[in-house]
Amino acid sequence: MLSVSDLSIALGPPGMPSPQVVRDVSFHLAAGRTLGIVGESGAGKSVLLRALIGLLPDGMRASGTVAFEGRDLLRLSEADMCRVRGARIGMIFQEPMSALNPARRVGEQIAEGIRWHRGVPAAAARAEALRLLERVRIPDAGRRIDAFPHELSGGQRQRVGIAIALATRPALLLADEPTTALDVTVQAEILDLFDELVAELGVALVIVSHDFGVIARIADDTLVMKDGARVEAGGTADVLRAPGHPYTQRLLAAMPRRAAVPRSSGVAPAEEAPLLQLRGITRDYPVGPTPLWGRREKLRALDGVDLDVPVGSIFGIVGESGSGKSTLARIAMALERPTAGRVQFAGEDLFALPERDLRLRRRQFQMVFQDPYGSLDPRVRIGRTIAEPLDLLPDVPHGAEREKLVAQTLESVGLKAEDARRFPHQFSGGQRQRIAIARAIITRPRLVIADEAVSALDVSVQAQILDLLRELRDSHGITIAFITHNLAVLQAIADHVAVMNRGRIVEAGPARAIFDAPREAYTRRLLAAQPVITAGGRGSRSIPPSPSLPAG
Amino acid sequence: MLSIIARRFAGLLLTLTVMSAAVFVVMEVVPGDPAAIQLGTSARPDTLAALRASMGLDQPALVRYLAWVGGMLHGDFGTSFTYGVPVAGLIAERLAVTLPLAVMAIVLSTLIAIPLGVLAAARHGKAADYGATLFAQLCLAVPNFWIGLLLIVVFAVGLGWFPAGGFPGWSAGIGASLKALLLPALALALPQSAVLARVMRAAVLDVMGEEFVATARAKGLTRRATLWRHVVPNALVPVVTILGLQFSFLIAGAVLVENVFVLPGLGRLAFQALAQRDLLVIRDVVMFLAALVVVVNFLVDMAYLVLDPRLRGRT
Amino acid sequence: MSAALRRLPLLLGGLLTATILGISLLSLVWTPETPTRMRFALKLRPPLAQGLLGTDHFGRDVVSMLMAGAWNSLSIAGLAVLLGASVGTLLGLTAAARGGLLDSLLMRLADILFAFPAVLSAIMLGALMGPGALTAIIAIGVFMVPVFARVTRSAAVQVWARDYVLAARAAGKGASRITLEHVLPNVSGQIIVQVALQFGLAVLTEAGLSFLGLGVAPPAPTWGRMLADAQTYLSAAPHLALVPGIAIGLTVLGFNLLGDGLRDLLDPRRGGG
Repeated sequence: MLSVSDLSIALGPPGMPSPQVVRDVSFHLAAGRTLGIVGESGAGKSVLLRALIGLLPDGMRASGTVAFEGRDLLRLSEADMCRVRGARIGMIFQEPMSALNPARRVGEQIAEGIRWHRGVPAAAARAEALRLLERVRIPDAGRRIDAFPHELSGGQRQRVGIAIALATRPALLLADEPTTALDVTVQAEILDLFDELVAELGVALVIVSHDFGVIARIADDTLVMKDGARVEAGGTADVLRAPGHPYTQRLLAAMPRRAAVPRSSGVAPAEEAPLLQLRGITRDYPVGPTPLWGRREKLRALDGVDLDVPVGSIFGIVGESGSGKSTLARIAMALERPTAGRVQFAGEDLFALPERDLRLRRRQFQMVFQDPYGSLDPRVRIGRTIAEPLDLLPDVPHGAEREKLVAQTLESVGLKAEDARRFPHQFSGGQRQRIAIARAIITRPRLVIADEAVSALDVSVQAQILDLLRELRDSHGITIAFITHNLAVLQAIADHVAVMNRGRIVEAGPARAIFDAPREAYTRRLLAAQPVITAGGRGSRSIPPSPSLPAG
Repeated sequence: MLSIIARRFAGLLLTLTVMSAAVFVVMEVVPGDPAAIQLGTSARPDTLAALRASMGLDQPALVRYLAWVGGMLHGDFGTSFTYGVPVAGLIAERLAVTLPLAVMAIVLSTLIAIPLGVLAAARHGKAADYGATLFAQLCLAVPNFWIGLLLIVVFAVGLGWFPAGGFPGWSAGIGASLKALLLPALALALPQSAVLARVMRAAVLDVMGEEFVATARAKGLTRRATLWRHVVPNALVPVVTILGLQFSFLIAGAVLVENVFVLPGLGRLAFQALAQRDLLVIRDVVMFLAALVVVVNFLVDMAYLVLDPRLRGRT
Repeated sequence: MSAALRRLPLLLGGLLTATILGISLLSLVWTPETPTRMRFALKLRPPLAQGLLGTDHFGRDVVSMLMAGAWNSLSIAGLAVLLGASVGTLLGLTAAARGGLLDSLLMRLADILFAFPAVLSAIMLGALMGPGALTAIIAIGVFMVPVFARVTRSAAVQVWARDYVLAARAAGKGASRITLEHVLPNVSGQIIVQVALQFGLAVLTEAGLSFLGLGVAPPAPTWGRMLADAQTYLSAAPHLALVPGIAIGLTVLGFNLLGDGLRDLLDPRRGGG
């Protein structure tokens, strides 16, 4: 039904030698089948999807053929293309919030395409929109049809996005990273919905993702892309079982995998006192406007968290968005006061210390942040950024001594001593994260808290940073508290795991115990939702129903 | 929703209170005795004392402040020394010129700015965009009172289509009055429209980059339909903000333009009061105009609630 | 759009402002005629008949008056912007660093100040201090304080939300050191852009104030007063109304282009003008 041959996309005006974003990609797709396109950032996969629907960004142009229902879409006039778009091809976008018009009710937005293409009266279109909302399993659709996008949860918004794409019963659905912005349990539900729709409606689906796990779970066929070109293609099961191309092999190998790496043998005996001990940590934030009288409403971000981080371990804390894990990190770093509770570091209550003493302790615990772009001051040279915590040392090193420390630290994270003179923008995302790690370890701390430290990185880079963290634990004996939303990463690295949900610790214990025999329903749900690559291809897609959790 | 409005309204009252105190203190602290200034240097001490008593200047500051604010709340703004009439009546009479002038200027500037901004953004990087940008830059760079002078030179002195200045009064008929206000309103509107057009252009470009625009296009909507249904309504939000913020400049511009066109408005009243050292009128007109600015911004805040449903949800 | 075209506003703006700045400085040491010298015999001469641009109703040389007016206009605008920018930036940085009640208080105050357009405060101040350069500078400068305070605050709040600030706090740095080392360098670009843009606005406002007679006292020539005087002779000598307006326009255009150009330079995401 869809047949793409020699599709190339170039940047720049026609007739000029211009860089190609996509080069000579071909594939076929039959009705009722799902094609997954997987690749790291810069692979050109999203642009390719846009070319199929004729919505390339300004300045890009496509060549080749896109044969769909007997016509070459690349040669259609804009007016003809408008009759294909939406009517025969529907598209689903990555950011469910920004993909919906914030000022219009969701029902109108679904009905708009129906009215535009079929010219049906408003009431009929609304009825159809309601049916679609029910079809994509929005609870209480009759009420939600008049909601504005901001009144829905992320998962519900993405369901609305799917309803919009389905509105005119298209033959082909294109989905651009449709679950990347969603929590893993919600992602699992959305992927299930896709499976159902493909099976029931017989549509063809092209889904683009950076996550091999998502592709493995949903796609019949897989196309691996790198730097705008096709690397490998075939049945998903075949690609997973016997990846032919070295790049695919690397990509799959870099995927954090269950028990791929032996756990630390040097874990301290449990008798030793924990390095970091949290007791009854509660944090309330005032929300909404100050009322004319009375108190502002409170949002409880953390609710009585108890945690023991043993010396010399990698302690994983996993939670979905809104679980309070980042707040917990800031409190553990004594950057933010809890509303109630105690933070004990090496036996001392941090918030009971006078300000000056707390400052002296700070060199013993440092932090690595999620966004390697936001965590380095763009106007400060790397050397100065890394040296910043050195002022915390009892006798602050100066001059040559300071430079030597910076150089040593840069080398210990795999960078060069000369890099100290460069600025952040001269480094890649992975290198920046190494710089952030260098800053965190220059004072030889006992504890490093890494808040989503690899989430913004491509998988192959992710693997390198995880190796570096592991090395820090093994060779420097640094305890690492690793906070993430990504269970797969923890499976690869953590010795201990704590599962957080809505400001509480659901379950905590040795990693093996949590992964092999989770006690709590939420943990089981989280584990089941995790897309896992198994040699057999399309992975498990059953999720234990959990009535205690609202639908995404 | 109601609680937001109540909150904002409380804020408005607070702002007005602080403003009135500020105006009062400035007129109080800055060197110069209003009565002495009014009478000039040659005044006899007993005349001065009598005037001071009649102006209430011999009373403590707080009493005078409260009397002033209390009076204004009852519509009593005091009596003008130059005109010998209540200032309230004076303001009301002059407002009948300034308010229509300001409204005309806002309407004109929006009528020019929104199509221009949308056109420039839709033809981003093309000739129409550069043309609109050039027009905006030129209108932004020249003073509105100079535009007024040019309009007089061309349309009044040269072509004779419009009066060069003056205002016949509303009793002379709406047509003649509007005709007298058209050139001054245009002089005020052109720089305003340049500001608004630039904001509109930037806002439209911003919104066009949003993913929901791609969603609309993916539904099959044409470029034009997407522009008017999804882009423009969302791009109006920042324009309304600027419209509110610019009101302060509009009032300042009105003071100047009224003087160019000899319009008996509030701006001219303040200017004349300055020439005649009628401090009471200055204080009241300044307070009135500043309060007008604040009230307009309050109304703009309220308009937000209509334009942006995201704000309504927050209670 | 080509890179050269994108740089055009910056180049043009820089060129214009440099020229006008040069002319205003030159006027301190040389003008074709003494700008205040009245020659009643030569009054209201058209351009080229007497001097390059003719004479006004007192027979004063228009070119010389324009040059001297440039100095008066730029120096008042400059001092007003200096006042507004320094106080405003300080307030904005403080509000962003401290947050909470102080923040809302300062911003509310900024709102109130903003409701007094410079012309209104000048009328009020003029009534009590008498018109003059100081009145104009204070009136314009005070009006600019809230503008700079808002711009600085919103830029600084964004910097404060960055992880590198959190890292600096984890390195034990206090609010004032973080403001100096991380916040100020990262907001300075936006403040400089605002200085250029507000300079243009200050020139416009100064012209308006001296048009109303609230600026530098006579006989010092100002562009605004030249326009006010020209009003009487609109039909007899329209060029008298034209020339100072063009001078104001070119100056303001220069600063606006400079500001826009700097903004594009600092923020490559914003294409075009």
